[in-house]
Amino acid sequence: MISWWLSKRHHLNSSINSFFEQIVQNVSTFFFEAGRTVLFFSESIKLLFSKPSRFKDLLIHMEFVGNQSVLIILLTGAFTGLALSYQIYIGFNLVNATNLVGPTVALGIFKELAPVLTGLIVAARAGGAMAAQLGTMRVSEQIDALEVMGVNPLQYLVAPRLMAAILTMPLLCGVFDAVAIYSAQLLCVNVLGLDSAIFWDKIQMWTDTDAINEGLIKAGIFGMTFSAICTKTGFYTKGGAKGVGDATNKGVVYSMVMIIVLNFFTSNLIRLYHSIMESI
Amino acid sequence: MSQEIAIDIKDLKKSFDGGNTFILKGMNLKIPKGKITVIIGFSGTGKSVLMKHILGLHQPTSGSIKVFGRQLSEMSAEEIIELRIKMGVLFQHAALFDDMTALENAAFPLKEHRRELKKEQREEIARHKLKISGLDEIHYHKLPAELSGGMRKRVGLARALALDPEVLLYDEPTTGLDPILTEMVDDLIYSTHKSHKGTTSVVISHDLHAAFRLGDHIVMLDKGLVKMEGTPEDFINTDNEFVRRFVNKGIRRKE
Repeated sequence: MISWWLSKRHHLNSSINSFFEQIVQNVSTFFFEAGRTVLFFSESIKLLFSKPSRFKDLLIHMEFVGNQSVLIILLTGAFTGLALSYQIYIGFNLVNATNLVGPTVALGIFKELAPVLTGLIVAARAGGAMAAQLGTMRVSEQIDALEVMGVNPLQYLVAPRLMAAILTMPLLCGVFDAVAIYSAQLLCVNVLGLDSAIFWDKIQMWTDTDAINEGLIKAGIFGMTFSAICTKTGFYTKGGAKGVGDATNKGVVYSMVMIIVLNFFTSNLIRLYHSIMESI
Repeated sequence: MSQEIAIDIKDLKKSFDGGNTFILKGMNLKIPKGKITVIIGFSGTGKSVLMKHILGLHQPTSGSIKVFGRQLSEMSAEEIIELRIKMGVLFQHAALFDDMTALENAAFPLKEHRRELKKEQREEIARHKLKISGLDEIHYHKLPAELSGGMRKRVGLARALALDPEVLLYDEPTTGLDPILTEMVDDLIYSTHKSHKGTTSVVISHDLHAAFRLGDHIVMLDKGLVKMEGTPEDFINTDNEFVRRFVNKGIRRKE
């Protein structure tokens, strides 16, 4: 009886151990991969300024990441503004605080929703395309071909993509801000009957350019995040079509999760920065 | 008979898993200058890995590779790039850049390394190389996806030739092609070698016919080692049982 119990306990212990081992392993893999991504990013971005210049490629990628995302950003921005302002209106109406609908919507969008949603949408669109394209180039030996022609693939393929994402993300975030806030005013003023003057006056009273800047900076950081993750997974693709699929999938999922996680930390960091600057 | 050696490999070993299993187990071979060398072996014998070592894409675990008398491991990154410019590679599936037309593909190495040339001059050279490789002018502005396998090989060859390389490497140029196309590619390799005086050609293949048709010098690999090295006559007259079996395999009919 005792030996049976002991063996059961041993079994339980070992399965608990292996469960924790698995967690430790996953965490260490995460940090290992994160470190490799940071190295990959810094190595590539340094090459941006080396000869020969890739300015033309940078413009092509900026057009792809930026211009081609405008329509989808307009759409999501408009509907986010509508949905958010309506919910906040319903809530604030209960306590007769509809004057504050404008600033609440504005702060929520400028600081959190615009950078995060822009990040998620562009990561899925452009990040997925980056991972798939580089992955296909890897498995069809195009990256090897570049290397044997004496062209550094990090400089030719990766650096312009990273820079394009970093430069265009704040611009897209700004578009999101504008569309979302105008669609909120459309709903609140033209449909729900709030006073237009109060709506804008309160927004001006409660928000400042720092709130908008915070969102734009975050958007730039998210651009850096998704482009680094997606180009890295694409660049190191292994295997054939399945490898490309896996790389794209991994790149997009990791980018999205990292954007949401990083959003929390960067918000706090920026708040900390402001409180330090105020105390000086 | 003393021959000039283009590539000299001594005791090359390579392991991808930190020394547990070796893909290359101490290869010794010399590739003579100005000749066609065919490296043959069954699949999985380390042919492609060997090629990537010659190009400096892989670092050997131990051993040495000398190209044009210079040790690869002692070269700086810039020198390796200089060296790679002197080598042209035709990949197994041509590895053309799929967002560029045939002409742009052939002009790409020039765009990267001959920046002093005007766009028209680069295109002129690229057109010439495409013509040598036997691609019809009507295909110059097509994307790789619109070209057939044979045409893609021709564009790949034109791109490899763009910078007038001293060494031309062909990675399994005829794998997966039908017999007629195989013969065409073999002829293309031969005529390219003849028309570019002084180039060293290295063909990596498992096609024994190609080895006998093309090779001035044949190197046979087996399980990460050089099984035999010599002229086609040496291979026909060999006593080595393994080599005889490989050679006969291509000729013997199934009863």
